[in-house]
Formats: sequence, C-alpha cells, structure tokens
Amino acid sequence: MTVMQIVFLITAVVTLFAAFRVVTTPNMVHAALWLIVTLFGAAVFYALLQANFLAVAQVVVYIGAIAILMMFVIMLTRREMRDRGPQTGKQWPWAAVIAAAFFGGLVWLSQQAALPAAPQADVPKDSIAQLGQALVSPNGFVIPFEVASVLLLAALIGAVYLAWTRHQS
Amino acid sequence: MGILSQPVGAIAAWLQALLEGWGLAPGLTKVILYLIGAGLVATLVQVWVIFLIWFERKIIGRFQDRLGPNRVGPYGLLQPFADLIKIITKEVIIPAKADKPVYLLGPIVMDAGVLAIWAVIPLMPMVGMDTNIAALYTIAVGAFATLGILMSGWASNNKFALVSAIRTVAQMVAYEVPTVLALLVPVLLAGTMSLQGIVKAQHVWFVIFAPLAFLIYFIASVAEVGRTPFDLLEAESEIVAGFHIEYSGMVFAIFYVADFLHAFTIGALAAVLFLGGWRGPGVEAFPLLGIVYLWIKAFAVYFLVVWARGSLPRVRIDQMMNFSWKFLTPLALILLVVAAVLDHFVIGLGVWGRALSHLAANAVVAWLVLQYLEHYDRARARQRPMVAQPGQYPEARPPAPVETSPETAS
Repeated sequence: MTVMQIVFLITAVVTLFAAFRVVTTPNMVHAALWLIVTLFGAAVFYALLQANFLAVAQVVVYIGAIAILMMFVIMLTRREMRDRGPQTGKQWPWAAVIAAAFFGGLVWLSQQAALPAAPQADVPKDSIAQLGQALVSPNGFVIPFEVASVLLLAALIGAVYLAWTRHQS
Repeated sequence: MGILSQPVGAIAAWLQALLEGWGLAPGLTKVILYLIGAGLVATLVQVWVIFLIWFERKIIGRFQDRLGPNRVGPYGLLQPFADLIKIITKEVIIPAKADKPVYLLGPIVMDAGVLAIWAVIPLMPMVGMDTNIAALYTIAVGAFATLGILMSGWASNNKFALVSAIRTVAQMVAYEVPTVLALLVPVLLAGTMSLQGIVKAQHVWFVIFAPLAFLIYFIASVAEVGRTPFDLLEAESEIVAGFHIEYSGMVFAIFYVADFLHAFTIGALAAVLFLGGWRGPGVEAFPLLGIVYLWIKAFAVYFLVVWARGSLPRVRIDQMMNFSWKFLTPLALILLVVAAVLDHFVIGLGVWGRALSHLAANAVVAWLVLQYLEHYDRARARQRPMVAQPGQYPEARPPAPVETSPETAS
C-alpha cells in the first residue's frame, strides 16, 4: 500500500463520517461545520487526482460560501440554533427509499462501467493553461462560458434591483 | 550541488539519502521530507511573530510619542518573552454556555489558515511549493482565517462576539472581490499563477507596471486582515473586543499570533506579487540572500500596515462597505481591463517600454479617478450642504401639545 492510498483511505473515512454528521447533528451550525469538513475532503480527493485547480476552486467556492450559509443559519433559525424537535419530517420513509435506490443505482453503475485499472495518460503538467485556453477558444467552450457569464450577470443585476432602496421623491 | 548554491535542495538530498539508507521506502521518505519542511516553515514563521510583536509595539509607541517597551533586555527586545511567560501561566477560561469543541477549534482554524499561505510563498529561487495555482490558493486558504473568526464568534455564546463574527463575514465578502481582481493584474502580466513564476517574470517590479493595483491589493488585504482602519471586527468602543472577548490565556495568544502573522503575511504576499519577491543583486550566486531581500520587502509593506494602524481612525461600517463595492471593485475591474488590453499592444516593446506604457496608463486612470471623485464630492456637497438650508428639515414643533386642526393634520 502506497502512502497515497493511505491518505486516500483516511480522507475517505473522514469525509464519509463528516457527511453522515451533516444530516444527523441536531445543531445547525455544527451541521454547517461538518459540511466544511466534507467539502474539504472532496478538495483533497481532487488534489490527490492532481486536479489542483479544481481542488482550489472547490475551497474558494464552497468553503468560502459556507461562511455565508452559517450566517443564514444564525440569523434565520431560532434562539441558540438548537432545535429540540424531531429531526425527520413526515415523508422520511419515501426519502429513505429514494436515497437507497439512488445509492444502489450508483453502485450498480460503477460495477457495470468498465473502468480502466490505471490512468490512460499522465495528467498534463500545465493543465490549468489548457483549461483557460479551452474556456475562451471558439473550438472549445466559449459559448457555454459566455452563457454562464450572462446568467451570472443577470442574477447580479436582479439582486441589485431587489435590494435597491428607491428614494422617496 | 553545493550547500551555498542550493541550500535547501542539498539538505533535502542529504536527508533523503540518510532516510533511504535506513531502509525506508522512497515514497515514505518523500512524505517525511514534506512533513519536515511544512513543520519547519510553520514553526519558524510563528516564532518570528515574537519579534513582530516587539517591532509593532515599538513603532506604535513612536507614533504615539512614547518610547515603547524598553525595560526588559536591550531596547526592550526581551519584552515579548516576558509577555509570553505571563500568558502561558494564565488560566484558559471556557464560558459555561460556550460550544466547547467549536470554541477551541476557532483560533486553531484561524492560525492554520494564515500558516497555509506560507506553503506557497517563494522564499528563495528554489524553495516553495511551485504550483501553478498558488495565487488562487492564497485567496482560498484566506477563507479559513475568516471561518475561524466566525466559529469562535459564534461558539463564545456572547452577543458582542457574534456581532463581530457577522461583521467579519460582511467584510470578507466585500473585500475579497477587489483583492482577487487586483491580484489578477500581476498574474496577467506574468502569464502564470505560480508565485515563483510571478517573481521570475519581474525583471522590472510589477509595482512600476501597476501601482494602482498594488494600492488596491494592499488596502483590500489590510481590510481582510481586519487591521486599522478596518478593524470593525474588534472595535473596542462598540463591541468590546469582538470575537475574542471570551478568550484568555494561550487560546487568546493563538489569535494574537495569527493576527500579527497575517499582517506580516500580506506584506510578504505583496512583496512577492509586486515588489519582486526574492529578487535582488547576487541572488543567482547565493540563493540564501533571496530570503533576506524578501524579508526586507515584506517588512517595508508591514511597516505601512503598522503606520496605518498608528495614524488612521477607524472607518464606519457603511463607509467601509461603500469603499469596497462602489470604489475599489469598479476601479480594480477597470484596471484589469486596461492592463489586459494594453498588454496586448505593448508586449513587443521590451521590458522597460512595456513597464512605462503600463505606468502611463495607470497615471491616466488615476487622474480620471481623481477628477471623478472631485466631481462626485462637489455634487454631493450641492445635494447636502454642510449648513442647513431653509426648508431642509421640518419646522420645529412648539413644545406644548396643541389641538390638531384639519389644516395642520396633513
């Protein structure tokens, strides 16, 4: 067993445990903090796969946003953020069935797919430069990239419009 | 491979040979070497904070027309050690209603976030994790420092600490944007996100290429650290001490160390991004000199931070938000576009031609911004004159209650 495999196993165990705690802890802020551990575990997986940019983007986008999520939790939930009520709604059996079916389907898919035992090619040394060029090249992904930008711009303008305080005149 | 030309590489090679001689697997040896390197950097920069505390107290003392610490040791140099011993002997008090694990994790997460930045700072020509995402990585791990403040502010179960945590998040969200945009200018000029690559590209320091971007980066990162004038998260006149109000003893000391180290770290980052990092005369022959140059430059920027702390009053929260969203962010966007478009045309001009044309563009942008600010100021003054105009405020009511007649009821 190589060192990388040991790192992978430790990260996998920690990530799964944290993901389990996200949905089982009664304290909302604790759930948000466990979610950070889960997302960071995913970032470590990306780093282990030598997808450095993806790993850092994961940390910037998700873990940076968790702070905002915690703010919502603190400001929108009841006092002390400790709800003592039941943690499950009425439809939990249905949710459990669907979740189990989804998980089973994923396992079945991964069994069916013929995954190569070893990576077919090395990760290119400068993958981020290639990614950047692919995002703006006409043969690459320039149209989806621009569409996403326009969507974000629309969301931005919408947020400004909603938050705009009209001057009384 | 001589010890002078490649000091760290030589030591690492020697250690690797030693460990493999003991019969360890090469993969394991590599991991052990990484761990040693990470532990060494983390420990050394934290020990360095002891000196920073002395330096900052001394400088702030001079700014306030005092001598600063001068009793313990020569020039008061041993004062931080005395403080250290004092703070170690203090009791760590955990409030009864605090969320204990989160309360204790908060300072650790904050300190770790600051230390993680040092993983990618190129200390010397050959040292530092040379990855092509280093610039983005510094932003990413900076989020952990904020997270630590948020955790401790919430877990203290104290309303002042919570207010401080909320302010921290608002401040981080507002000032991360101009930081990233200003950071993109040196990335664009160097054509790489690797900090080592950015240093190598600076035949002419990027501060000459982009002085405005340097200023924006400096201001925005001071705000992210939460130093004066942006220290709203620990405004002692409003929210006592903010997020660390419930902390004492060594747990508080971790906050203290993280704060000082963060201020010095942004100095080092600014030096790497804009002031040429380890570049200086004689570095090619003796790479160890690089660390000296980097330290001098980082200290120069750190001195600016302390200077601001010693001479500026704290801003109000609405002023701070307006400054980021309405001024720094648009300006940084404009600068980024200007740098990108201009660089396309002048890239063939040679190093100095390129630098000077960027400098000229920056001067034009600065002049336009000043013109706009003056115009804005005048327009505001016209809207809201300092002297009350007739009819600006409602007429003062007579003190005695009068019967409301239909004419005055409107």
